[in-house]
Amino acid sequence: MTGPDRTGPTAATPKTGPDGPRRRRRRARRAAPLPLLLPALVGLAFLLLPLTALLVRAPWSSLPEQLTSAGVWQALRLSLVCATAATALSLVIGVPLAWLLARTDFPGRGLVRALVALPLVLPPVVGGVALLLALGRNGIVGQWLDAWFGITLPFTTAGVILAETFVAMPFLVISVEGTLRAADPRYEEAATTLGASRFTAFRRVTLPLIAPGIAAGSVLAWARALGEFGATITFAGNFPGRTQTMPLAVYLALQNDPAAAIALSLVLLTVSIAVLAALRDRWMTTT
Amino acid sequence: MTPPQEPPAPADGAKPPQGPPAPDNDGRTGLDAHLVVAPTPTFHLDITLTATPGDVLALLGPNGAGKTTALRALAGLTPLTTGHLHLDGTDLLHTPPEHRPVGVVFQDYLLFPHLTALDNVAFGPRCQGATKSEARAHARDWLDRMGLADHTTAKPRHLSGGQAQRVALARALATHPRLLLLDEPLAALDARTRLEVRAQLRRHLAEFEAVAVLVTHDPLDAMVLADRLVVIEHGRIVQEGTPADIARHPRTDYIAQLVGLNLYKGRADGHTVRLDAGPAITTTEDLTGQVFVAFPPSAVTLHRDRPTGSSARNLWRCEVAGLETHGDQIRADLTGELPLAADLTTVAAAELDLHPGAPVWATVKATQTHAYPA
Repeated sequence: MTGPDRTGPTAATPKTGPDGPRRRRRRARRAAPLPLLLPALVGLAFLLLPLTALLVRAPWSSLPEQLTSAGVWQALRLSLVCATAATALSLVIGVPLAWLLARTDFPGRGLVRALVALPLVLPPVVGGVALLLALGRNGIVGQWLDAWFGITLPFTTAGVILAETFVAMPFLVISVEGTLRAADPRYEEAATTLGASRFTAFRRVTLPLIAPGIAAGSVLAWARALGEFGATITFAGNFPGRTQTMPLAVYLALQNDPAAAIALSLVLLTVSIAVLAALRDRWMTTT
Repeated sequence: MTPPQEPPAPADGAKPPQGPPAPDNDGRTGLDAHLVVAPTPTFHLDITLTATPGDVLALLGPNGAGKTTALRALAGLTPLTTGHLHLDGTDLLHTPPEHRPVGVVFQDYLLFPHLTALDNVAFGPRCQGATKSEARAHARDWLDRMGLADHTTAKPRHLSGGQAQRVALARALATHPRLLLLDEPLAALDARTRLEVRAQLRRHLAEFEAVAVLVTHDPLDAMVLADRLVVIEHGRIVQEGTPADIARHPRTDYIAQLVGLNLYKGRADGHTVRLDAGPAITTTEDLTGQVFVAFPPSAVTLHRDRPTGSSARNLWRCEVAGLETHGDQIRADLTGELPLAADLTTVAAAELDLHPGAPVWATVKATQTHAYPA
């Protein structure tokens, strides 16, 4: 916008275009005061140092064979399958829950919202204990599942998925609820006046409108599920091939094979960076 | 007005999708509604609306008068506290919005941003049970009729304001509503587009064979588009009638301002009306009892000094309270013996040396006033 004034009638040449933003950015950069700059740099270093250490100490030479060992693949595959299943489960029950919280009014909704968010702040180990008490062999629901259907959830792959869902679903619900609140509810009304039932309006109008929020929430939930440790080891145990996911494998390997632990950690680090890249439009650009 | 036309026949002989409610038709057609909505203790809407098919009704009123609430109540989006709602003899009071034969054009259109213009229009027929191809063929006919054949694949964000308005109208009409509701249909448009779209909308409304109700705060929109105006203030109907009738005989200050008239209430005795506000006005009408007196601001003549030998019977001493430009005219807001609005040319205003606080004499000829029973 500043171009034409300076260059006069020749402003139509595209060469002057990029000048504007570049100049503006340079002007915006001003010296930060030291009392802010120093702690900021310490904070940055603190976050980056452990990651650097991971890269420095990585057994690069033996990495290929570490990563191709059967144990690693087993744990990685189990992690991916369980995290994906937990995300799918979260979508099926979490999106309707988010809709209920955002679009309907019922007594005690504030309390329900707080309860939904509780697993976000609850220590995952406590979540695992709670799941055991609810769905364990002697749990308040689990005993009936066992007695009536012969279903046992603890210490199974299904148990891993449930533990991960318990911890990860709130991320999806919170994200989708926020998107729903930002979306104009009058689109649903417009759909209704065109003859759509409330469910059709949700399916054909609301869902496409909030798709970006659902995608972002899914990625978040998936990443959280992938890294889940506390609730998983408490509720599902640590059986290789059945319930031993990557984080559990890392922890176990650290006791007897630190090189393997580092290799596994690198894999998880790579996945995390990929997740960040997937979410960059949402979080890495401010305002 | 052009005679009502049949809606376009859907292609490949598909039967047009119809609204679900089966009319228990007792012979009456059109709209018969008594809407009472009291969403908050401080606001209370209580209006009665009747219309026959082909009527275009405009709800006109200031912001917060309850126009949009009335529209939402007709559409079923806001529940009635009490009252009744009959459309073509069918009781719609307990019919949910998706089953009402009602089409709505929302203020900012609310076109579904993820769907093309075609799929926006096809949405209604789809919901009413048409197959995808039937619905699309039907939608294509409607867009064609709106002059939008070239924009079927456009997403709403690529449509101009006027085009979006027509898509919204097509979307509402594609469900064959028996009641078409338009909420401030022209408010989202800029002045130039507005003129053009208003003319198109007038044509489409004239072709519409059922009842249309539009809500607006713009008197011009209301007078151009509607056959009958219903003026609402504070949730109540204060006046209704044809545009010409309301323009000639305003009954509240709000309406008088809308149509650009000075309006006073008083007691008539022959040709003299003693105003509630103070002075008397001489009129040509010979009336007795409570009356309204109205005259346009252009009928007021201003003088710096007390005019002598003027034939005007009505002479008041006033003071300029404010001045604003209306096109090439200046509207002077006067206080004093009689508060009134006067229109004069820029040249005249300069010659009179008008400025806020300036004393002036205002005269109005009796022949330019209009008195009618209150």
